[in-house]
Amino acid sequence: MNQQELDKKLSEVKNKLTGIERKSDKRIYLLCEVQNSYAINKFLFEGVGCRFVIATGIDSDNCFEVLYHYSYDETGCVITIKAFIRDRKQPAIESLTPFLPAAEWIEREIHDVLGIDFKNHPNLRRLILADDWPAGVYPLRKDLPKAN
Amino acid sequence: MNWKVWSLKKSPWVFHVNAGACNNCDIEVVDLLTPKFDVERFGIKLVGSPRHADALLVTGVGTRQAAKRLQEVYRQTPKPCVVFAIGACACGTGIFSNGYHVVGPVDKIIKEVDPNAIIAYVPGCPPKPEAMISGVVKALSAL
Amino acid sequence: MHNTVKKPVLAVGPFHPLQEEMEFFQLTIDGEKVTDIDVRLSYNHRGIEKISETLQFDQVPYLVSRICGICSASHPLAYVQAVEELAGIKPPDRALYVRTIINELERIHSHLLWAGLAGHFIGYDTVFMWAWKYREPVLDLLEEITGNRNNYGNVKVGGCREDVPNEIIPKLLKELDALEKKTEMLTKAVLDDPILHARLKGVGVLHKEDAIKYAVTGPTARGSGIAIDVRRDDPYAAYAELDWNVITQSEGDVFAKAVVRLLETIESIKIVRQALKKLPDGPISVEVKEIPPGEAIGHAEAPRGETFHYVRSDGGNRPIRHKVRAPSYVNVPSFKASCIGQDLADVTITLAAVDPCYSCTERLAVVDSHNMITHTYETLLRLSQEKTQRIKKDIGGPELKMEDL
Repeated sequence: MNQQELDKKLSEVKNKLTGIERKSDKRIYLLCEVQNSYAINKFLFEGVGCRFVIATGIDSDNCFEVLYHYSYDETGCVITIKAFIRDRKQPAIESLTPFLPAAEWIEREIHDVLGIDFKNHPNLRRLILADDWPAGVYPLRKDLPKAN
Repeated sequence: MNWKVWSLKKSPWVFHVNAGACNNCDIEVVDLLTPKFDVERFGIKLVGSPRHADALLVTGVGTRQAAKRLQEVYRQTPKPCVVFAIGACACGTGIFSNGYHVVGPVDKIIKEVDPNAIIAYVPGCPPKPEAMISGVVKALSAL
Repeated sequence: MHNTVKKPVLAVGPFHPLQEEMEFFQLTIDGEKVTDIDVRLSYNHRGIEKISETLQFDQVPYLVSRICGICSASHPLAYVQAVEELAGIKPPDRALYVRTIINELERIHSHLLWAGLAGHFIGYDTVFMWAWKYREPVLDLLEEITGNRNNYGNVKVGGCREDVPNEIIPKLLKELDALEKKTEMLTKAVLDDPILHARLKGVGVLHKEDAIKYAVTGPTARGSGIAIDVRRDDPYAAYAELDWNVITQSEGDVFAKAVVRLLETIESIKIVRQALKKLPDGPISVEVKEIPPGEAIGHAEAPRGETFHYVRSDGGNRPIRHKVRAPSYVNVPSFKASCIGQDLADVTITLAAVDPCYSCTERLAVVDSHNMITHTYETLLRLSQEKTQRIKKDIGGPELKMEDL
């Protein structure tokens, strides 16, 4: 698919999005609420044939964001799904690992550092923090001091 | 000077330990074996187990997870032994000082289990292989 | 014997002199075959993303070039590209060429490093010594240009710090010619050696479907027939202006990945040569004022694959979020697919074939908590080297002939 065809294909999920940002031909951001994240991710991976790159978890002031970055290598376009998790008390999102093994580690990592739950993740164990790291302490949350 | 220290100085067998390093120092340590530097002609040998080592070459800041393992390796190394803190991270945590997962540097971690440990510092980011050889020779002649 | 219910578990690790990072791969075996593999990371986790938020934008390159020693040019390049995208900064052309030269020199020394380690893992120590010997001149070149054999500190937001002085270009070209001859010799020796064919073909196969599911990148992907390369797909630095090829093989085995790396090394030499000859005049950096609020992405093709950085700014002088994804983060998990069903003797070379830059993932762990350790890493290495000896005996013929040119 060339870029035009790709744009057209992306509009198939328009009804699940709350917004689309085209920063350039090669940088597209698809905004959505947490409940639609799974479907849009599956669409990009299976429907469009994008390559999963990584996910970024962010503690934004009034919500959590999980950004899923994909590359459509044929045109060099990076498509990022921005999923907003409004529930700060018990942040949770559907895991992609069941259909995307590449997501397994990063979901475990985001769980470690931000405390977001990934529902139906087959193996949500600690990944990068030490064995004796205290439970309930999430280093990438903003309420933790920056210095050690 | 007792027999053990004499043999250590004659031909130190070293064991390399990565305590949370970026790999730069580690690659330069391995470089010591290669033809350009060839430390084996000095009798310095890289061994596969701390139990055979006279000296530890430790790289890395000392992450929380690596610290206990480093202490365990130190315990397993027969004494006397010299701990070489290789690189800026091992000497003083460097740019990672305020990391939440960093509990080093190396001397702090080792001294927790042995306040009298012999520790030598080879700074650099990474230290060149020549600097490492120089550091090892200097430390051993001071013993 | 106690614990008859559980299958034996092997810990690969801990510290081995030629395995530079600590890693914990827990293998489950049935007889001599691997049936499952688990990975636990943590040893190299230094919390870099959080540290980044405490640094100013122009200090971050010094931090990220220390994520990993052998990708120490790729990480800061991907990062500064993200910031330049965010702020709409266009570095001068000469800077783009210098970036290309430094990054390709890094690819050359990294691939030669890998070739040496791989040789050691299968018991070809002459290859190890030889590859690392001929890696040295590349490090010397990098030191001459940037001041350091590793950790070049050469990219900054807006351009480069150190220039490639025009006076040394003839010398660089001469060194490249010499290196090219040697690399071609090594490549030919590997491609022609029947023992290496027998030892590495069909070993550690990563099928294309698995390569896609694990989203692998770099030579790990290209060795399984997936023709992706950030330098071509989303060109950066000067790659779009130079003539070079993306190298792929289709078999997905260790041999294929070795071939990809060796041919890429030769390709890199060609790229550096062109870049040196076409190096435009002019400044090597532009002035950078403020970084506006926003978010952006920068990625680069490191020796191991795609290095990806995401940066978010709120208009202040520090990033408020900096996500780093090293190529090994997606390549290492694919061990699960390429290792299961393998012989114990092939485990070390299968792991090495994805050229894990473990530090890039910042996260490795060595745990010795199972009482059922039946083989140490040294045993696995020995098994691998012994297998090569057996094959040598069966096929006959001398070890790889490496004439010193």
